[in-house]
Amino acid sequence: MSLFKVFDIAGSGMSAQMLRLNTVSSNLANAQTYSTTEEGAYRSRQPVFQTVLNDFNNEDGSKVRVTQIVESDATVPMNYMPNHPLANEQGYVFGSNVNAVEEMTNMMSASRSYQNNTEMMNTSKELLLRTLQLGRG
Amino acid sequence: MTINFDKALGIHVQALNVRQQRTQVLATNVVNADTPGYKAKEIDFRAALKTANIQQVGVSRTHAGHIDGMPQPPTYEFYRVAEQPSVDGNTVDIQQEKAAVADNSVRYQSTVSFLSRKFSGLTAAFRGE
Repeated sequence: MSLFKVFDIAGSGMSAQMLRLNTVSSNLANAQTYSTTEEGAYRSRQPVFQTVLNDFNNEDGSKVRVTQIVESDATVPMNYMPNHPLANEQGYVFGSNVNAVEEMTNMMSASRSYQNNTEMMNTSKELLLRTLQLGRG
Repeated sequence: MTINFDKALGIHVQALNVRQQRTQVLATNVVNADTPGYKAKEIDFRAALKTANIQQVGVSRTHAGHIDGMPQPPTYEFYRVAEQPSVDGNTVDIQQEKAAVADNSVRYQSTVSFLSRKFSGLTAAFRGE
């Protein structure tokens, strides 16, 4: 029954999208964090998706996985806040380069994709249950 | 007289298998909707059904050094042509996929009910009422 494999496939997609949502929430939570040094500033984290390629003997379906999480190399904002406890000698603190608008759209996209995966799972569950009823009338 | 289920059930068993395969391909497309560079796949139902009847024949090995040769399965999968290709090289159109999933599940269910009717026909014949 290759329909059972659909559960695996959709499940891999759901966990990948969940990880994406996780990074979004981490980014949003750390949007207002400050640091004394430029290197120490929080940088927006983004997951990288990749198709899991089957070995040649395998069947048609392939899952998705998150290969790595990359940090955004957008410039880190430098704010002049001499009274801030984390300010350096020149009076600057380094904020995070999280773009809240980008993160919100990312969140919506991730949740829609998650829903698509659950729908896929539901459809194949329905088909499987129909198949179990086979020959009963 | 023997009862041959393969003959009694006809092409519907193979059709069900191909439908399941298509579900899997569509699920892969849906799951990889956000994967950069992924190309959406689709199954040619007619070609798949034709090849479903062909038996896979392997090559016998008469020496330990021989390579186990299995013929490549015939290809009936093809890549969809994207209506609107995206910058990251992904060609999945989620609306198209959803439509295909709906289409596939209706057709799957009709195949299941065809099979169901075949079975009830058989049981009616067994009872002889």
